[in-house]
Order: sequence, then structure tokens, then C-alpha cells
Amino acid sequence: MAHENEFVTIDRKIITRPFLFLLTVTIIGFVFIAIRYVKGIGAVSNLSDGYPWGIWIAYDVATGTAIACGGYAMAILIYITNKWKYHSLIRSALLTSLFGYGLAGLSVTIDLGRYWNLYNLFIPSRWQFNSVMFEVAMCVMAYTLVLFIEFLPAILEKIKGKDNRLSKLAAYIYPKLNNILIFFIVLGITLPTMHQSSLGSMMTIATHKLHPIWHTGFLPLLFLINCIYLGFAAVIFESILSSFGFNRKYEVNELSGLANIIPWLTVVWVSIRIGDLIYRKEISDAFSGDFYSVMFLIEFLLIFIGSIMLLNEKIRKSPRWLFITACLILFGGGLYRMNVYIIGFNPGYGWRYFPSFSEFMITLGIVAFEVLLYLIFVKMFPVLPSGHNTEVIVTEEVLEKSEKMAGRLEWQER
Amino acid sequence: MKKKSRREFLKTTAGLIAGTTVASVVNVEASEKNYTKDDAYSMLYDATLCVGCKACVSACKKTNGLPPVKGDFDKDGLWDAPKDLDSKTRTIIKLYKENEDNWSYVKQQCMHCAKPSCVSACPVKAMKQDENGVTFYNPDVCIGCRYCQVACPFNIPKFEWEKTFPKIVKCDMCKFTSLKSKGEPACTEVCPAKAVIFGKRKELLAIAKRRIKENPDNYINHIYGEHEAGGTNVIYLAAAQFEKLGFPKLDNESPATFTENIQHTVYKGFVAPVALYATLFFVAVKNREKREKDNERGDN
Repeated sequence: MAHENEFVTIDRKIITRPFLFLLTVTIIGFVFIAIRYVKGIGAVSNLSDGYPWGIWIAYDVATGTAIACGGYAMAILIYITNKWKYHSLIRSALLTSLFGYGLAGLSVTIDLGRYWNLYNLFIPSRWQFNSVMFEVAMCVMAYTLVLFIEFLPAILEKIKGKDNRLSKLAAYIYPKLNNILIFFIVLGITLPTMHQSSLGSMMTIATHKLHPIWHTGFLPLLFLINCIYLGFAAVIFESILSSFGFNRKYEVNELSGLANIIPWLTVVWVSIRIGDLIYRKEISDAFSGDFYSVMFLIEFLLIFIGSIMLLNEKIRKSPRWLFITACLILFGGGLYRMNVYIIGFNPGYGWRYFPSFSEFMITLGIVAFEVLLYLIFVKMFPVLPSGHNTEVIVTEEVLEKSEKMAGRLEWQER
Repeated sequence: MKKKSRREFLKTTAGLIAGTTVASVVNVEASEKNYTKDDAYSMLYDATLCVGCKACVSACKKTNGLPPVKGDFDKDGLWDAPKDLDSKTRTIIKLYKENEDNWSYVKQQCMHCAKPSCVSACPVKAMKQDENGVTFYNPDVCIGCRYCQVACPFNIPKFEWEKTFPKIVKCDMCKFTSLKSKGEPACTEVCPAKAVIFGKRKELLAIAKRRIKENPDNYINHIYGEHEAGGTNVIYLAAAQFEKLGFPKLDNESPATFTENIQHTVYKGFVAPVALYATLFFVAVKNREKREKDNERGDN
């Protein structure tokens, strides 16, 4: 379905200074991962029987997959609401989603105490349909595969352009895959709808451990809407950052379009959130000023301020402000998920949790690995928009800014 | 044209999602099923009878092959001094002391819920409830996700954090040891004060009620576990408020019921996901046709 010249491969050297930095962080992370496998989870983490889940689940899985929902959010926008003008952004969104989900999967295998028993998930007689975890596990695995298939055209385009045996095969598969791709695209919308809402349902079972500000029957719906606006914010974040880093033209027109959608979603989300708090008579808790209330207010204000800012057209047209507001939404929406998974979680009786240095390093290593793979892939495969099919309006302001930024980023070229 | 398809999408998809969510939330409030069984294996612990000898703790360790826990104070390793339930301690006796006159021992172990959250949470059936209402663990299938620990309202399942190949540890009423060979768990068998006794849930509940009736001044008028979390098979009598003895204040519904109602409503017969897929597919294909037509028009 894609126009072949819609996307370009970034023609740059792969080994750059940021590359080496990310590689170092990745290697450090993987050293700690190795220690975890030799000495056990207790040796590297501050996890306990009171807090069996820490940042590996709360950040890497529950929050990371939401930030990786760019592919999902863009697919809804492009294929369901038929906004084809955003199609040029789909591949980079899919790529970040693919790595986001793939590495969330990696985090899970690090976190799983008895990973060698994982095969039981594939034995139908062992399936436990009451378990939200089961639903999430199956859906996330399936979706990661779907993401790979959705991204496959980019890889095939690259291979078939070359002259070897593999390229013939690629040329043969490519049009066929394009014909059936729609089945996977729709699957790629259905699966996240299922597991992102289930990620919310997951914590409903902690009825009295999760603080009432967050524990509600609406968790699945809140998580679903949350991941869509986080997805859009992540696309804005990623696009601006890579335009900045690669010294390319900002996709201001498309991005401001996306930014325009976010407030609509957050308005619905905030209404459900507040309405539910009032309905359950927990609204006074939320504003009581204690630790939980402060966490709620931070989360709430970040989303609220970010959304209000995005209502302003000037902000939506400025890459810098777009970037700042996208960050506000990402932090606020991400904090919501962290609140649900650890910060608002209290098992009672003196249990405490704060992630250990090794836990942080493992999470950082995984994030660095994700960015590293992104940098390699955009330089190997046609991922970023070429700008040929788009109607980008480059304003004076944008040009001036991008030149300034390019100046600051000269080292990236070398 | 574009507006129409968008409206279609909003109507169908949003309707579908909102419908299932509202239905699930309504469902959650509507249903309160009773899962307790009269003939389930049960234990009754009477805190007013307990002498704090910890014979139950050592019998449990001996029977189930659990190692001692070394205390911080104990350089020579002379004591088994667990501070709390842990991966080496399936049951424990604690002392609650308000002042010199008001104090109480309290025994902790798995409550063996009638509708266990750990069983509902486990993705691979490593946590199971048998026909006698005993909740037990099978390490051979467990993937170590620890969702049971998150789900348990009593913080009972423990994990061997220090081990390279860890497993979950919790009381299984000696299902594979004492219950099998002697017909009752090790702790109830050895208790010299009969503070913890074994029996059928209905009988023990009757005994508990009779004790309160006969000696109302000795007890607070509450049998913990009769209704908590949908009812538990281990029930408690005490002279002090149960919150003070370290028990959580819980609803009369199992946390598992809350979550299962949501999941079962959303995924009933897998209809909603299939309907969602079909709807989305229909819209996506229509959009593609429209786009192709527009493109042709553009070319001409």
C-alpha cells in the first residue's frame, strides 16, 4: 500500500559518538542482567515479598509499552479515521513500537523468576483464562509479531533493491505482503486495544493494596485512552528528536495535526478520572495533600497543562513547544501508570520499595538498547519520511530554528 | 465521505468499548456469589487459647523440610528466628502487645480463601485450589511472574529472592505431607493448647460461634474469615481487634471476583474482540477503496 519513495534511508555513518555512548550503557545494563541470571533476582534488586513488582514491570512493561503505542495510535488515525496525510510517519512509529514491545518482552524474561517454565504459556491445557496476566502475555507476544510483520515491508524494500538471490525472494514477497498487510494492520489495532486495557485490569485484583485514588473498575478504559494519547505524544517526541538529531526538516504540519488530537483524548480521560473519583467519593482523598494526593496532582497537572498548551495553535506550530508539551504529556501519562503499578501500591505493614542501582542500570540499559537499535535501523532501512509526498510548510521560524539546532549538533555528523 | 467514515468508526468502536466497560462495571456491582463450601478443609485459630509455644512453627518446618531463618542478633546461628512469613517460614506466631495487660498471640499462614485471588491471577495454573478447598502450588509449571503475590490480599505467597532458581512458598495445609499421611496439618496436630484445630468449615464455624456465645466477654464478636475476601477456610477468634493483630480490613467479596467480572464481561465468548476486529477491518477496507478511487480521479 505504501508508495515506495515515501520513506528514505538515512545515509549516515552508523558508528557515531551517541552510538558509542548508548552502546556503553547497553553493555553495562547487560552485565547486570548477567549477574541477575547467575545470582538471582534478590542479588540485583530491592524487590521484596511486599513489592514483588518494581520498575522492570512498572516502567519497562506497563509504561514502556504505552509509550510504544505510537504504532497503534497512528494506525487508528491512518487506517480507521482515514487520515492518509499522516502515513509518512507510520514507519518510524512502528519501529519505535516494535522495539518498545520487544524490549518490554526482554524485561519480562529478566523479571520472571522461573523463566525456563515459560513454555507452559504455549500449552493449551495450562491456560488459565481468568488470569489477566495470561491475556496480556499472549496479546503482547502476538502484537510484537504483528509489529514485525507490519514493519517487514521496509526491510523488503531495502533487500529487493540489491542484486543477490535474497533480493529476488524479497521482490517476490513484497507485493504479496502488501496485499494482505491490511489483515495484520487491523490485528495491530485490535490486539493493543485488548492488552492495553488489560494492563489496567491487571491491578484491579489488588483491591485494597492499590490506593483508592487509582483503584477503580474503570482502570481498563483509563489505560486504553491513556495509551492512545501517550502514543501520539511519543510520535511527536520521536519525530522531533530524530529531525533534530539527523538535522532534517521538522514534520511540523503532521505533528501539529497529531497534537491537535491529544487534548480531545485527555479531556475524555480526565472527565472519566474525575467523574469516577467523585462517584466513589474519593475526590477529597485526591486533594488531601498527602503523598498519594501529591503524586496524583503531579500526574494530573502535567497532563492538564500539556493539554491546555496544545489547544494553542502557535504552540502546535513550533517544534520546540511541541516537544515540550509532548514531554509533559509523556511524563504525566507515564506517571499515571507508575502510580498504578508501584507508587500507589501499598501492601501494608512497613514494606518499602525504591529501585536499586542495578535495577536502574538494567532498565537504562534496555532503554539505551532500544534507542541504539532505532539509530541503526533508520540508517539501514527506509523508515523516516522522505518528504516527497507530504505538503510540509516550512516556515521561516522553523528553518531558522533547525539551522540553529543543526549548528549545535555538528558533532553528530562526524 | 471522510466525515462519514469517521462517524461510523466513532459510533461502532467507541460504542463497543464504552458498552463493554459500563457493562463490566455494572456487573461488578451486581454480582456477589458465595464460593464458600461447608465441607472444605478448615482451620480455626483461637488467639485466646494460644500459649505462644511455637510448636506449630517448628512442626511445620520439620514436616515440610523448611530451613531455619537466622536472626540479626544471632551470630552463632542457634535460633530459628523469622521476623515474618518468608520463603522458609510457612506459618509464624507473632505477639501483639498494646500494654502489659492487653496482648495477644496471633498465628499467620495462608488463609485458604474460598475464592483465592492467587489462583485467579496465575496465568499457568501453578496456583490451584483442590476439591477440599486447599490452595496449593505447583513449581513445575510456575513461571515466577509473582502476580499471585500482587493479588493476595494477605501477602501470603513468598518468593525465594536469594536463589538463582527460585520458587514460591506458601502453606498448603500439608497437602503432600502431614495431611496425606496423618489426616491433618502438622500445626493442628502438635498444638498442645488446641488453639488451632482442623476440621470441616461448617463445623469449625459452629464451634467458633458457640465459643463467642458461651464466653462473650472473652472475645470480640467477630469471626475473621467468615466473610472476609469472600470467606476463607482458615478462620480466627480473638480478644483484640483484628486490624491490630495485623489483618487487613477487607470487603466481603473476593478481589478475584472484581477482576474476573471485568474480564469475563469484556471477553465473554471472545465476541467483543472478534466484533472489534470485524468492524475495524470493514472500516479499513472501505477507507482503502475510497483512497484508491480518489487516487484514480487524481490521475485522470
